[in-house]
Amino acid sequence: MPVRLTGYGLLVVVPASLLLMPLTAGCTGSSRSGAATPGSGTDSRHLTVRATDAACTVTPDSAPSGSLRFTVTNASSSVTEFLLLDQDQLRIVGKVEDLGPGLARDLVVTAAPGAYFSVCKPGLAGVGIRAPFSVSDSGTSLAPAASNADLVNAATTSYAAYVERQTDQLMAGTAEFMAAYLAGRDDQARALYPKARTHWERIETLERFADLDARMDLPEAELAHGELWTGWHRLEKDLWPARARGYQRLSKTDRRLYAEDLAEATEQLQTRARTTRYTTAQIANATKELMEEAATAKVTGRAEYWSRTDLWDLQANLDGARAGYEALRPLVRRQDPNLAAAIDTKMAALQKLLDRQRKGDGFASYDSVSEDGLRQLSDAVNGLSEPLSQLTAASREG
Amino acid sequence: MRRRLAPAGQPPPTTADSAALLKPDRESGGTARAVSRRGLLGAGVGAASLGAAFAGGMGLGRSNTTSGTEAPPVPLQYPFYGEHQAGISTPAQDRLHFAAFDVTTSSKAELGALLKNWTSAAARLTQGLPAGVVGPTSGDYDAPPDDTGEAIGLPPAGLTLTFGFGPSLFEADRFGLESRRPASLQQLPHFPGDLLDPRRSGGDLCVQACSDDPQIAMHAVRNLARIGFGTVSLRWTQFGFGRTSSTASGQVTPRNLFGLKDGTANIKSDEPTYLNDHVWVKRTPDPAKAWLVGGSYLVARRINMNIETWDRQSLREQERVTGRSKAEGAPMSGGTEFSEPDFNLTGRSGEPLIADDSHVRLAHPDQNSGIRMLRRGYNFVDGNDPLGRLDAGLFFITFVTDPVTHFIPMQARLSQHDGLHKYLQHTASAVFAVPPGVAEGEFVGQALFA
Ligand code: HEM
Repeated sequence: MPVRLTGYGLLVVVPASLLLMPLTAGCTGSSRSGAATPGSGTDSRHLTVRATDAACTVTPDSAPSGSLRFTVTNASSSVTEFLLLDQDQLRIVGKVEDLGPGLARDLVVTAAPGAYFSVCKPGLAGVGIRAPFSVSDSGTSLAPAASNADLVNAATTSYAAYVERQTDQLMAGTAEFMAAYLAGRDDQARALYPKARTHWERIETLERFADLDARMDLPEAELAHGELWTGWHRLEKDLWPARARGYQRLSKTDRRLYAEDLAEATEQLQTRARTTRYTTAQIANATKELMEEAATAKVTGRAEYWSRTDLWDLQANLDGARAGYEALRPLVRRQDPNLAAAIDTKMAALQKLLDRQRKGDGFASYDSVSEDGLRQLSDAVNGLSEPLSQLTAASREG
Repeated sequence: MRRRLAPAGQPPPTTADSAALLKPDRESGGTARAVSRRGLLGAGVGAASLGAAFAGGMGLGRSNTTSGTEAPPVPLQYPFYGEHQAGISTPAQDRLHFAAFDVTTSSKAELGALLKNWTSAAARLTQGLPAGVVGPTSGDYDAPPDDTGEAIGLPPAGLTLTFGFGPSLFEADRFGLESRRPASLQQLPHFPGDLLDPRRSGGDLCVQACSDDPQIAMHAVRNLARIGFGTVSLRWTQFGFGRTSSTASGQVTPRNLFGLKDGTANIKSDEPTYLNDHVWVKRTPDPAKAWLVGGSYLVARRINMNIETWDRQSLREQERVTGRSKAEGAPMSGGTEFSEPDFNLTGRSGEPLIADDSHVRLAHPDQNSGIRMLRRGYNFVDGNDPLGRLDAGLFFITFVTDPVTHFIPMQARLSQHDGLHKYLQHTASAVFAVPPGVAEGEFVGQALFA
């Protein structure tokens, strides 16, 4: 992904920034499959890989150390993959997976000086076609070649613990909320609603919970024709029916029915969280998606349509993004310190804006925020989302 | 709250980079246009001919420039009369101005008279003539000209005008057309995620104006609206600046605002079997509904794209939810742009290369009991929203033989399962019955209003 040079107020150079170089002559020619073809040595760090049924031709077969780009073309008749292995042929430095015949895709890796092996696996079978590939010392200083395993391990452990903690607190908060709701203490239920949900909103984008998300957190407009609407927002509408036309409050029995379904889903969530670990890629994705959620549903006031408690959610999304990022931060700092600095700055900026909207032990109603205030929040969310979009690439385990 | 869709599959720790994006692969506008199916005109004239038209001082696009020794460019022009209305299987022009009207009169005769006037104006405009017979700069000096004038000197640039009737026109207590209403002419149901603006949706009548020159398209809508004052009132309009479909085999596949080639697997004008099966309305035993036979249904959806969010997605995610490569538009199962997708081909994890929730898989005829549609949408940008995001997207237009079989089920699936849908917001919706074409001396909708 090309780097955006403005926007952070900082010059953020991610490894992939070498991509900007192909604008030089050698790389504008196009192969059948559309990826750029390296030229006559103008960029010695751009290599081609031609993967056929019988051969795996890397041109040239060596490169100076630094950020290397391999344009892999599958000229075979089946699905293939390309791997760059370290000297011992144990560690995968980088790979292009599941490349359909005729397609081309780039692999960008940061390679320290040393001996490597290139591998193509036509048909994804066997040990593949292997050949040595060497990286000479260009003098470009690189991140320490040390394995990231310790950092990866620390990240996944601490993040799994965070998720578990949130589901425990969600369970407790939900129980408290339900007690009030079912007893008809609606004022109290309204006060507890955004607090309990905070713990969900901090982890809502985890792929592992996608099915429960649809059951627990679906807004009315997302319903398919004839689909039963369950979850938090069903109860939300019942507690804040002011914007609903001709709304009929739920009966006691119905309240219990919906509450029980929500409780059951929350329990499943908690059980699942206890046994799940997340890869750094999953953490990074969930983290950046929290800010996308913030941008599309919270800053726009769409998430909490009835209660107008969107800013609580926005804070929770930011909390969750911070937790995900904090887990990955040591890894990111090692691989791309500028990116880490940009995320730090932008997170603080968004928090500062949100702090201005605090009211009591929570946040002002969405409707009370001025247009200007919303605009600033939106800009700050975008400002943070931009560097976060580089997070997956910068927290690779390799 | 997320849109109900599962997000991206978790990417393994590599990044596919977008070198291909840096490649200037959008063919320039000057390529030869496909010759009209009706074989009338159309060789070698793109938007580039505009300048030539000015330079040559064309009188209302009626004649060609004669300077130089080479054969003069022939202005791209499509016949108005024919079996079907033009603007459906016509090779998609570059620009769109779409207008929906509410009928303000309650007199059926008055509405019929308007359709007659619209027909004759449209027959003239599409041939590069002024809207009225007198013209923009002649006639009674004390009267306003009967054409507004901004098309003086411009060729029609392939202008087509396509008229349609909305479901509301057939409601009881309006024009006595209840019994003429085809069962499928209904307002569309709510689809998951719809956030429709009623002021930009629906309408009693519509005019789709397409041309390679935006000023020509606008000129047509403006003059038709003017002719309609007192009988109809403009309900909403939509400008589209770049076609997102190719509807002729020779046309270069354009790109939508997600940067994706769009129109690859579309129905093309030289595929008569597909047009007959999936686009034109079929014979009916019910004489009251026969007026629509040979016509079509137009479904319009104003689809906002969350382009800021899209732009932050990895190339991996963008290609995954599409099911085609961004560079070439080739199916993720391999090959080149026009290769057939192989939905069964799997990768290392056993997952199909064309993901289960990818747009192409969910929209493909194989997954929709053979259903196809003719898509004819346009990119739009209508400024920005108060939060500083571009109000941009795709003004989706499709022509189908029956929306109940050919649109509603597919949209329902897409709204619920399409990975692309996560980056979309449908903001307006309309459906119109598009009567068949007319012969000289007839008018559009004559069977209903004569
Ligand atoms: C902004 C919204 C949309 C975008 C960006 C989009 C994009 C695309 C792209 C990139 C393709 C592949 C190229 C091609 O065959 O044209 C495609 C195909 C297709 N799309 Fe969409 N589309 C959108 C909305 C829709 C909607 C609303 C429908 C129908 C309800 C639809 C129906 C189809 C169909 C039928 C195909 C062809 C599938 C095949 O035969 O392989 N699209 N679209």
